[in-house]
Amino acid sequence: MRHVITMTVENQRGVLARIVSLISGRGFNIESLNVAPTNDASVSKMTMTMPGDDRVLEQITKQLNKLVDVIKVTDLTQKRYLNRELVLVEVAAPDHRKRAELADTASLFDAKVVSVQPESLTIQLVDDKDRIRDFLALLQPFKVLDLSRSGVVAVAQATPR
Amino acid sequence: MKTGAECVIEGLERAGVKTLFGLPGGSVLDLFGRLYHSPMEFILARHEQGAAHMADGYARATGRVGCCVVTSGPGATNAVTGLATANMDGIPVVCISGQVPSSMIGNDAFQEADTTGITRAITKHNYLVRSPDDLPRVIAEAFYLAATGKPGPVLIDIPKDVQQAKTEGRPPRKIAIRGYSPKMEGNQKQIKRLAEAIDKADRPLFYVGGGVISGEAADELTKLAKKAHVPVTTTLMGLGSFPETDPLALRMLGMHGSVTANNAVSECDLLVAVGARFDDRVTGRISEFAPKATIAHIDIDPSAIDKSILTDIPVVGHVKTVLKKLAEEVKAQRRTKWLKQIREWQKQYPFAYDQKEPQILPQYVIEQIYELTKGKAIVTTEVGQHQMWSAHFFKYTRPRTFISSGGLGTMGYGLPAAIGAQAGMRDALVVDIGGDGSVQMNFQELVVAVEHGLPVNVVILNNGNLGMVRQWQEMFYNEEYSGSILTQQNRPRNEQVTPHKKHRYLPDFVKLAEAHGAVGIRVTAKKDVIPALRKAFRTKRPVVVECVVKQDENVYPMVPPGASLMQMIHSMA
Repeated sequence: MRHVITMTVENQRGVLARIVSLISGRGFNIESLNVAPTNDASVSKMTMTMPGDDRVLEQITKQLNKLVDVIKVTDLTQKRYLNRELVLVEVAAPDHRKRAELADTASLFDAKVVSVQPESLTIQLVDDKDRIRDFLALLQPFKVLDLSRSGVVAVAQATPR
Repeated sequence: MKTGAECVIEGLERAGVKTLFGLPGGSVLDLFGRLYHSPMEFILARHEQGAAHMADGYARATGRVGCCVVTSGPGATNAVTGLATANMDGIPVVCISGQVPSSMIGNDAFQEADTTGITRAITKHNYLVRSPDDLPRVIAEAFYLAATGKPGPVLIDIPKDVQQAKTEGRPPRKIAIRGYSPKMEGNQKQIKRLAEAIDKADRPLFYVGGGVISGEAADELTKLAKKAHVPVTTTLMGLGSFPETDPLALRMLGMHGSVTANNAVSECDLLVAVGARFDDRVTGRISEFAPKATIAHIDIDPSAIDKSILTDIPVVGHVKTVLKKLAEEVKAQRRTKWLKQIREWQKQYPFAYDQKEPQILPQYVIEQIYELTKGKAIVTTEVGQHQMWSAHFFKYTRPRTFISSGGLGTMGYGLPAAIGAQAGMRDALVVDIGGDGSVQMNFQELVVAVEHGLPVNVVILNNGNLGMVRQWQEMFYNEEYSGSILTQQNRPRNEQVTPHKKHRYLPDFVKLAEAHGAVGIRVTAKKDVIPALRKAFRTKRPVVVECVVKQDENVYPMVPPGASLMQMIHSMA
């Protein structure tokens, strides 16, 4: 099961290193991670995705909470949340037909073609992680030359009463 | 305007530091320049590892935050083992390390090391101070973090230019760290639930760790245990939290715990963990730990709960307040059937050794230390078989009298820790019990004890080998004693050494002690043990008593690796 965890942390040198080495030091794997300051410049927000069962994640959450620089940890996995990820994928488009097929696939997902080269196209998609998964699955029959993902950014949503 | 160095020294004084341990170097010359004029006592160690262990031993003996100062690069890396030792056992230590000037950080400068990077995993928290304006706040925070919640070591890395720069910085009026707020009061409902569980249980057991000692909760524990008639077993770190002379005391549990304690764990129907962390040395095969019991866990560290074993009744809070509340809530009751069973086990399975053995047995020496000091000494140990026997044959009745590296198991810890303990408790009788292997690791610190008038007693149980390693090799590794033999004879083929013409064993500990300015006594006959110890304890100088003991004793009982507590080996009979 993949868990999505957000954290508010002190925006200080070394905080990211501390969090990452805590997790890897205990043998856990981080699948994706991003961090950036919030509207309060002294505070940063981190979103992390990690595989693992609930027990493992409970331990990690507690260990993260112990860190002095970590202000709050939220495991969003079982909650309602919004998430977005940016993907830039360069796909081979050696002829007109492939180019057309790719453009068609991209438009189905509202993805943008951001670069057109003689032999390839670069497509940009900003969407939630499930749609991104579906999109990448549809690219399987094509030749993917390069794939860069930003990692998930997630925000909790209040549950309606 | 003050310099960074002045802020540091004043900050330490303001934090209540009376004794500082350390060793100077280029990156801390400014700090030492200010220290020169300070009322704080400074104890110069001979290796930074020694300084860190001294600060640690001082903290364990006094309950205060231990403090050490080291220089950059090798000074800091030498202290790493000391910090890791304190980290594993939750000991409040603040370590100030110098760092190369800010402009040179990351450039592989002379005596530079990525101290905060290296110590990140082995400290509760650490700082790299970028501006002297931050120093007063950082120092105050460091002491606060070290001493509260689950205590631990905090390192402050201060570049040389920051020590020299000037600031108007003032100490904070109060400390507010938004990512840190240890929970003090336990949840009332949970405490009530636990009290009811204790009342209802037929065979309850308190499993007590170092948290009761850090939390200064020995009195509360004793009141509670005696009111509800619940037997108490402690971990190595918890020794002294409950008087071991009390009939409710089951002694230590775990891999080398008493049969009574381990049996009680296996048979109890309610196990209440108090300030303990279900360490693997205690639990054995965890799926078979306390199989008949409901598990309750009182701890100030929420991450300790459910870490190793699923808890039925968790109580997050400070052990002192929780135990006090619990004692009010529980009913006073006798538990005749359970206590009768316990008494039978205690009678049938005491810690024992062959009293008729003509050679000096390490267990015998430790028992004599107990008898001669009437159990009133502060005992520090090194690591290994002697450490386990020190838990068996000395009965601890008060907190902060057993000082030993439990979590990390650091050989070489005992002597500097004894020096730190003595520095903090000038009137106490301090005994370091060590093996011949361990004691060589930080022997150089003995000079510190001699020169500062700290009359520690070092009892070396010399069995000519690394005892615990030898025991495992005998029991599980085909009796192939690779790398564990310290005498010149009987070594493996690829470790052959030329026997010394004069000395049966090297080094000559008596000569070594005397070279350091201490008294050295060698004991080779059983009848000379008591007189030698008596002389040592009477002498107002550091004394090293080397007892040449039987070479192949094993520690029993033992729970073999991977086995459950129910599969103890009682002896090799």
